[in-house]
Amino acid sequence: MSLSIKDDEIDIVIGALRPDLTSFMNEWRTIFSRFHLIIVKDPDLKEELKIPEGFNLDVYKKPDIDRVVGTSTSTIFSGYSCRYFGYLVSRKKYIISVDDDCYPAKDNKGILVDAVAQHITNLTTPATPFFFNTLYDPFTEGADFVRGYPFSLRSGVQCALSCGLWLNLADYDAPTQALKPEERNSRYVDAVLTVPARTLMPISGINIAFNREVIGPALLPSLRLGGEGKFRWETMEDIWSGMCVKVVCDHLGLGVKTGMPYVWRNDRGDAIASLRKEWEGVKLMEEVVPFFQSVRLSREATTTEDCVAEVANVVKEQLGTKDPMFARAAKAMLDWVKLWKSVGSST
Amino acid sequence: MAEPATATQAAAPVVALLKDELDIVIPTIRNLDFLEMWRPFFQPYHLIIVQDGDPSKTIKVPEGFDYELYNRNDINRILGPKASCISFKDSACRCFGYMVSKKKYIFTIDDDCFVAKDPSGKAINALEQHIKNLLSPSTPFFFNTLYDPFREGADFVRGYPFSLREGVPTAASHGLWLNIPDYDAPTQLVKPLERNTRYVDAVLTIPKGTLFPMCGMNLAFNRELIGPAMYFGLMGDGQPIGRYDDMWAGWCTKVICDHLGLGVKTGLPYIFHSKASNPFVNLRKEYKGIYWQEEIIPFFQQAVLPKDCTTVQKCYIELAKQVKEKLSKVDPYFDKLADAMVTWIEAWDELNPTGPVPNGKAA
Repeated sequence: MSLSIKDDEIDIVIGALRPDLTSFMNEWRTIFSRFHLIIVKDPDLKEELKIPEGFNLDVYKKPDIDRVVGTSTSTIFSGYSCRYFGYLVSRKKYIISVDDDCYPAKDNKGILVDAVAQHITNLTTPATPFFFNTLYDPFTEGADFVRGYPFSLRSGVQCALSCGLWLNLADYDAPTQALKPEERNSRYVDAVLTVPARTLMPISGINIAFNREVIGPALLPSLRLGGEGKFRWETMEDIWSGMCVKVVCDHLGLGVKTGMPYVWRNDRGDAIASLRKEWEGVKLMEEVVPFFQSVRLSREATTTEDCVAEVANVVKEQLGTKDPMFARAAKAMLDWVKLWKSVGSST
Repeated sequence: MAEPATATQAAAPVVALLKDELDIVIPTIRNLDFLEMWRPFFQPYHLIIVQDGDPSKTIKVPEGFDYELYNRNDINRILGPKASCISFKDSACRCFGYMVSKKKYIFTIDDDCFVAKDPSGKAINALEQHIKNLLSPSTPFFFNTLYDPFREGADFVRGYPFSLREGVPTAASHGLWLNIPDYDAPTQLVKPLERNTRYVDAVLTIPKGTLFPMCGMNLAFNRELIGPAMYFGLMGDGQPIGRYDDMWAGWCTKVICDHLGLGVKTGLPYIFHSKASNPFVNLRKEYKGIYWQEEIIPFFQQAVLPKDCTTVQKCYIELAKQVKEKLSKVDPYFDKLADAMVTWIEAWDELNPTGPVPNGKAA
């Protein structure tokens, strides 16, 4: 853990899609207990949440969400998107978010991975998006920039987003997991690297951390599949949000890292059953990726909010006509910017 | 602490992949003792030894290897006046080996690189991993967060468009090094004791539009796809710069690969790099490069190749033209280098007369 970061600069936001968080919280206790937690209950979840004692936390349920944003708006926080409410109401600098079906992982030496510490290290050391370092993160112990890395690029840029990975159940789409039902990710790759500027990637919401002060408004609930469900196989909301975040980061000269920390993702759900629901999302990516690769923001967009608004407008113009889902997503993005300004701002 | 592997015989493959389609190119000025350790992995393959330095010295090749050896006299004899493009007193001379090879694939390795061990203690067959990298597609258009999706136990993640899952042909495979890392002189001076002990179990495609510093110590490539771009420049004797040979080739190669829709991978395999070169000597060689790099990098980042450059040679000639136009003002060296780049292509085409074959589609 970086010495310059105080525990009270961090919020851990958990979206609760299942009511019984007992084993989840207990597994994470040694890592989470020193931090403040925000638990947001999926507004569609009917059962009462079960949360063990001994944590410093705030729990938000549907009535709370309704109170803060209004009953008509609270629908945007359904399902996995409930965690965005946590991002909205947090007042901390750093947010770390993991899905409620993930436990701490063990590294290659059998030592428990402190995912929070690793995310914070990622966020508080520079990113290097303008030139690829073949020894990966040059700021990590025992590594450095390699021969040939321009000196003027060695101070790097601020890292806004840290994308972690998953052992056991990897974040595959339903067709892939259905084809290989036994496949589990057992490869622990001991690296963190910066995703190069203008390179896009699928940013999974399962294990993620970000600098809320710098990039907060860009993590947003907007794209909702018609058949969106309660398994990650049945969603694309995080992938969409991640594309926006990367485009905004590239424009503002901020970094995105990927790699460690790993979490252990428990087996859950049935890929074949989810196939039908996610197929829609799979098809969408064929449009979404070339679109985001072509987006160029104006020089006038100098704040994250402005960038998000610009992306939303381009989505409306270029994708909105192709599928009403995109038109709705664009509107949701603009609404989110307004919501962030009124509810989310730290002032 | 990283250590080289000793029990390499046990790890020798049952089948040597691409045995008749791959040449191993080794530049040397000292000796080839290191080959003993690599014997179980390398013996099935043909070696091309490029002997640098004094041609009257005899470099002994260990028994049992099938090889051809070229010293400076051979290079001068074969290339005539065009031999001026091949460096002297610098391992950059290795690219002569690429030119004379008749094989589809090249693996090149330095003579101070030994067999490394993976975390389980097993000897790493670097050549086998390079071949796997080259024979499976690359994915430069969209980053896969689980790294190489074609590796055992991995795949494309959720959100990766299916239309991009076929990937593109892999032109180059860039391996890494345990023990002595490939640092520049200033870093070596500041951290003389730093050793790379981190085994990162990943291969990944370097995204399109992203440049990287290529190291020639542990490198393999598809000579048919990208060979002519692997010119290691003018270094060493009579030149104002050294230790920028492989990086120069890497930047040219990456720009051309991006243009032609080919992939470059980096990561595994690791070799064990045993010798730390003298940082003061290195500093003198690199000194100008450290400044020039600040101009060179933006040049490559902004380089655009016209659509009618559909072969590697055409791309390379065009790059040479742009080097002359844009970098000569940095130093007259680049004027010479641009000329040498053209000479290289002329020599390549002379020695490989089947003619240029279009490689993929121009971007």
